[in-house]
Amino acid sequence: MTVSTRRVTAAGESARGRRRERPGPLRRSFGNHWYAWAMVTPVLAVMLVLIGWPLARGVYLSLTDATEANIGRTIGVNVIPASYEFVGLENYARILTSGVFWDKLLWTVVWTAVCVALHYGIGLGLAVMLNRRLRFRSVYRVLLILPWAVPAFVAAFIWRYLYNSDYGVINGFLRLAGLGGVGWLDDPTTAKIAVIAVNVWIGVPFMMVALLGGLQSIPAELYEAAEVDGAGAWQRFTAITLPGLRQVSSTVVLLGTIWTFNMFPIIFLVTRGGPGSETEILVTYAFREAFTGIRNYSGSAAWGVIILAMLVVLAVGYRRTLRSQGDPW
Amino acid sequence: MVSTRTRGRGERGPLASIGLHAGLLLAVAVSLFPVVWLVLTSLKPRDSWLSTELQFFNDSSLDNYTRVLTETEFPRWLLNSVLTAGLTMVLGVFLAATTGYAVSRFRFPGHRSVMWLLLVTQMFPVAILIVPLYNLMAGLGLLNQIPGLVIAYMTIAVPFCAWMMKSYFDTVPIEIDQAGMVDGLTPFGTFWRVVLPLSRPGIAVTAFYCFMTAWGEVGYATVFMSQEDKRTLGVGLQQFIGQHWSDWGLMTASAVLIAIPAGVVFLLVQRHLITGLTAGATKA
Repeated sequence: MTVSTRRVTAAGESARGRRRERPGPLRRSFGNHWYAWAMVTPVLAVMLVLIGWPLARGVYLSLTDATEANIGRTIGVNVIPASYEFVGLENYARILTSGVFWDKLLWTVVWTAVCVALHYGIGLGLAVMLNRRLRFRSVYRVLLILPWAVPAFVAAFIWRYLYNSDYGVINGFLRLAGLGGVGWLDDPTTAKIAVIAVNVWIGVPFMMVALLGGLQSIPAELYEAAEVDGAGAWQRFTAITLPGLRQVSSTVVLLGTIWTFNMFPIIFLVTRGGPGSETEILVTYAFREAFTGIRNYSGSAAWGVIILAMLVVLAVGYRRTLRSQGDPW
Repeated sequence: MVSTRTRGRGERGPLASIGLHAGLLLAVAVSLFPVVWLVLTSLKPRDSWLSTELQFFNDSSLDNYTRVLTETEFPRWLLNSVLTAGLTMVLGVFLAATTGYAVSRFRFPGHRSVMWLLLVTQMFPVAILIVPLYNLMAGLGLLNQIPGLVIAYMTIAVPFCAWMMKSYFDTVPIEIDQAGMVDGLTPFGTFWRVVLPLSRPGIAVTAFYCFMTAWGEVGYATVFMSQEDKRTLGVGLQQFIGQHWSDWGLMTASAVLIAIPAGVVFLLVQRHLITGLTAGATKA
């Protein structure tokens, strides 16, 4: 890194030296636009075809009564034409008036809020601890980010095993301590606690690393000045650390919220939504709607549109708030 | 440099030091325990996970590993996963880097909307895209095809990676680009020959993220790869879990086999990961 930085400055200086010989900032700006678009185009094309088109079609499907039975398909040489019909907002009306939706929404909101709060709180705590001068710091850091390296579905399987009521190690320890075992995934409340724990375990390393980066970018002089002025540890934390982390925090909290809201594999694999459909969040419910039993494509698409709409509102509102508080973001 | 006086102020008492280390050790224990337990279980003989007692070691064997590798479809799934994740990584890095660079360097008309588009696509729940994407893939004959799955993963990985690469490129001084152009390189040449080599940490992070996205994804893979011999690890592993009976011997051994390559790649890039993500996070 040091080497490259040095090279960077050297090259930068030579550029400054020679730039004067070249006229034409106008020409360069024109060239820039052209190239900028050329470079963005592949992604935009991919996104339009792969996100734009399916999105448009998804919205359309949500306004029909399409299911597996009437979607139209080709079996061998026989082409069965699609026979689904446009039904307007019927799917939405059915979903929004059903108790299931509001149940799932409530649980999804609780799930997201609890997970993100714990991610952020624990991540910040660990980041502050790791930001101290401390022996074995890099060892701690590597060990603490390890869960990040475990793919989500592997983590889900590991935890399923840990939670196993007969052979799981958690109950093993409980029995060892003289307490009875708990059917972790069989009871709605414990199952909810269980999935939150798994998600927290997976998500903390990202928060920790991002916040650690933010902490390291706060100039040490600020702390020294505050100390000289006699500010206590807590005062320094609230007056310097938290404001200094604002930028990073606002980004990671928004990303974390979106990711958690849509966190599919943990719930899908740890509890399979059960017991019953108690731990099912909106996303897994919509997925199950589309791909189990008679596949209800239109219903699932309508769920998807509703979820997306909520997230867009959330993100826009969040950005507004930040802006009104003077963040450039 | 910190003067001796301020360092004296910042010094901790022994009690605080003990507390700090105790807290970190506890956190390390929590973060490591599931992984360690997984490895220990996978080394136990065939059916000994079926024990209600806590046993840390009892005659370890590689029995489970032999079974996974010889008696199941695991090698096939592994191959599929490696191909899928590798392709996703290469294409993802390329697309994310060009986009990130364009958004970082050029204030072209539409610049802000591209940034927002990248963020908004992060919000797309699987549920809304999966059905239409499924139909699209079916129409193009891409179901049960690795390229089809790779394309689906692009929609997840590229937006976030482009965002990260953008933040990373922001940390490379713009004078470098100007120097390159003055030396007669085209903007693309500057990007490819000058800026990209300077951005290795950022690229490492992006590559890692793309790889992990594909390596650990389950939803799309479950739906798109229904054919037996096209399954990836995430789908295949579900075979070992039954409604009433799961073979945890097989499960744990294959989980270890899956986590090892990811862990190795992770250890290789973790240094870069921190610099790369830090650049991204602080500048985002």
